Formats: sequence, C-alpha cells, structure tokens
Amino acid sequence: MNHDRGIRIKGITQKFGDQTVLKNIDLTLEKGEIFGLLGPSGAGKTTLIKILTGQLTQTGGSAEVLGTDTRKLTSEVYTKMGMVLDNTGLYERLSCRDNLALFAQIYRLPSTKIREILKDVGLLEAEKRPVSKLSKGMRQRLVMARALMHSPEILFLDEPGSALDPSTVQEIHNLIRKAQAKGATIFLTTHNMEEATKLCDHVALLHEGEIVEYGNPEEICRKYNHQNRIKILLKNGDEVTFQNESKAAGKIQELFASEQVESIHSTEPNLETVFLELTGRRFE
Amino acid sequence: MDIRKIYAIWKKQIKDTLKNKEILIQFVMFPVLAAIMTNSINIDGMPKNYFVSLFATMYIGMAPLTAMAAIISEEKERGTLRVLLMSNVKAGEYLIGAGGYVLMICTFGALFFGMIGGFRGAELAGFVLAMCVGILISLLLGAAIGVKSRSQMAATSIAVPTMMVLSFLPMLASFNDKVAKVSKYIFSQQCNKIMEGIGVHGAGTQSIVIIGINFLLVIVLFVFLYRKYGLE
Repeated sequence: MNHDRGIRIKGITQKFGDQTVLKNIDLTLEKGEIFGLLGPSGAGKTTLIKILTGQLTQTGGSAEVLGTDTRKLTSEVYTKMGMVLDNTGLYERLSCRDNLALFAQIYRLPSTKIREILKDVGLLEAEKRPVSKLSKGMRQRLVMARALMHSPEILFLDEPGSALDPSTVQEIHNLIRKAQAKGATIFLTTHNMEEATKLCDHVALLHEGEIVEYGNPEEICRKYNHQNRIKILLKNGDEVTFQNESKAAGKIQELFASEQVESIHSTEPNLETVFLELTGRRFE
Repeated sequence: MDIRKIYAIWKKQIKDTLKNKEILIQFVMFPVLAAIMTNSINIDGMPKNYFVSLFATMYIGMAPLTAMAAIISEEKERGTLRVLLMSNVKAGEYLIGAGGYVLMICTFGALFFGMIGGFRGAELAGFVLAMCVGILISLLLGAAIGVKSRSQMAATSIAVPTMMVLSFLPMLASFNDKVAKVSKYIFSQQCNKIMEGIGVHGAGTQSIVIIGINFLLVIVLFVFLYRKYGLE
C-alpha cells in the first residue's frame, strides 16, 4: 500500500457478460492533482468511477484509493471521499439546509459549517428553499456543497459540468480549484474537452475501454501538432498560412508592419482533434 | 452501529414525512376515521369498540407496510440511499433509523386508537402492545418489499395487494366463515382478536403462536431479500 498516492489503478479490466468495458487500465493520481478521464458516452468512464468508489468489483486488476484496495474500502476511507455522481441523490422535499444538515450530522461537522458551505457555493439565499424548486445549476451546486462540506481528500466528479449553463460551469470549476488548493485529489470524468483542458493537470483519453493517450493536456496537444503552422487572418478577409519556422518570420513581420493583420493563430490541435486522430471518432 | 447516524436518518425522515402528504395520510387516515365513526355511529348490538378494532387492524396492515416500502423504494429510485451508503452510513443504521421513525409514528397511532377505545392503564398498555407487535411485522414486510423494489412504482405494485390482504381480510372474515378459515393464519387477524379481547380475556396461545410464526416468516423473507438485493 502506498499512502502517498491518491489513487493507483493497475491492470483494471471490467467485463459485463461477453462485453469488455475496461481493458487493462493503468493510472496513478498523485495527491492534490486534478485528473480528467475523457471519452465519449459509453467509453467506460462511469464504470471506472464505480470501481474506484467500491460500487462495483472489477473483473481483473487492482485499484487503491488512499492506499486501500477499492474492494475493501473502509468507513475511514469513505469519510475522506466526496462524490458528485450521475444521479444527484438529493432529497427533493427537504430544503438545501436540511439536505446538508443530514450529512453534517453524519460527518460530525458543526452546524455552522452548513451556512459556510452554502455561502461558498452561492446558495445561502436559497437556504430554506426545497430542492424541488431549485434550478439544475443550483442542484449541481448543492451536490458540490454536499461533496465538499467535509473537506474530502479525494473528490470523484462524474460529468460535473454536464448540461449546465456556462456561468454555473465556471462556478463549479472555481469550487473544484478551491478543493484542489485545500489539497484534495480530484478525479473527474467528462466528455467536454474544454473543461478538461482548463481544469486538469493530467488527462487520459478513453476509447472503448482503453486509454489511448495520457498526459498534461497542453503537452498532448503539442505532441500531436503535426501541422505546426501559423494562420493569419488579414484585414481584407484573406487567410494566409505559414509553416512555423524561422524562414516565415520576415513575411509575418512584413504583414504586421503594414498593419494588415486582423488575427493570428497557431494550429496546434485541441484534445478533440487528438482524439479524432487516435480513434477516428468524435466526442459525442 | 453508530447511534448518531441512526438519529440523523430518523430526524431526516421526520422532516421529510411532514412534507410528504402521501405518507402522512397513511398515518393519520385510520385513527381519524376511527375517532369520527366511534363518536358518530351507535347501532344497537354493535360490539363495543367495533370501529376502533376494525380501523386499528387496517392501520396495522396498511400504514407501516406502505410507509416503509415507499420510503426505501423512493430512496433507491432517487439515488439518495446510495449517497448515504457511500457516506459511510451502514445499511443497518439506515434501516433502524427509517424503521424506528415509522415504528414511533405508528406507536403514537396505536396510543391514539387505545385512547379512542377508552382503554386506560394496563388495558391501554396491552392494546398498544398488541398493535405494536402487528406494526413491527408489517413494518418488516414493508422493508422487505422496499428492498426488493427498484422504484416506487414497483414497490406499490407489491405493497397494495399485500396491504389489501392484511387490512381487509380480517374485516371480511367477520362476515364470511370461509374467509375466516384462511385469515386466522394472518397476524393482523390475530392482532384483531387480541385487541377485541382486551378487558375480557388475555391473548390466546393460538394467537401468540400464529403471530410468532408470522414474525419468523417475515424475518426470513426480509433476510432472504436483503441478501439477494441489498440496499443498492
């Protein structure tokens, strides 16, 4: 067992009948990092989260969370975990406060923590409002509040920004970063490339149960920057493209000097185009 | 077992039920009906406390069973139970918290029936005890249905016919001997018999044996279903 590591996954395989959903997955998440598991729907992301949270026993391989085998997660480990899963699991008739009060009591937290966390997620004004009257974004923030209120060491987030408006997504991202700043290790799944690029220290691209690429998002994009070109949009509407090399410097300088440049972009790929290149499939 | 977690579940259930009219009505309907009928209808030759024992029997067969099945199945359907279990609440703690709440409310209901029936002192205690034994069996049966069902609709489809048998068979038995031959093996019928005999004679051996066997069978059923389906 290695207690210095947040999560260690070795050779995880998961089969459902004849179908193999995860194939020999190896991953290591250091404490305090944000890791993103990216893949289209049905790639096996939620299955891996279920294995790591002890909801599912893998067919093969092993996984450890905070140094404990996920097949034998103890009460102690569970109290160090926070989760935002696909199903929100909120009590619809209870108020935001009462939903959190239940978990404050379970985690032995002082009742002052409830208002504190509601303030952090911007729900203090809706403290007494029943969950059934909250918008989707507010519900997601409440779920985040519940997951974060006991300052977990590991946070599992299954599609945290899914189907939310951009401002709510931004708020959720801020909460994730705050949790990281407090030392939490964050494991999130998403099919949103932009979200992964903005948030994650490392990502793994999952395709049909296999990790086809792993690394820092920017480094992955640079690695697949085969074109290595610079695109310049001119003020007359024309677009000119140069190979990104020293010979082009003079021509580019001329365009700037004659004030013809409207915009300039490098052509490095994003995670979506990398995924497309690796698998021939788009994220959906 | 952590008493603090059991208390947290129990408290949550109180808050939730006060806002859940479907469950709340189960607890209130029969005691209120018994109070109204007892005070407004008086027919010559009608046994004393006829409406009290009639509605108390229906209450035993209906309220704890449907409430417990609805509470567990709703938590399963909405994913709240999974969140609780992932937050280090043990299945036993959850079942005791939720079941304890239903038992408490139903015990208040039993006390109310006893008061309407004019029982006092030892008679009241005997009446409430007879009801509570029935309530506990019904509650376990409701928990077994909740454990087996993935959704509220699935739970209702089992709970309603079960509740109809437990609640109405004892009433039908008073009009039909053939029904009585079957219903005498059901705990609610025997609880009814004990309640009707309070102040006249004690609980008969046959009643105690049948209730005991019913209790054992329900425990076996609950354990079997819990081992098969769990709370996930």
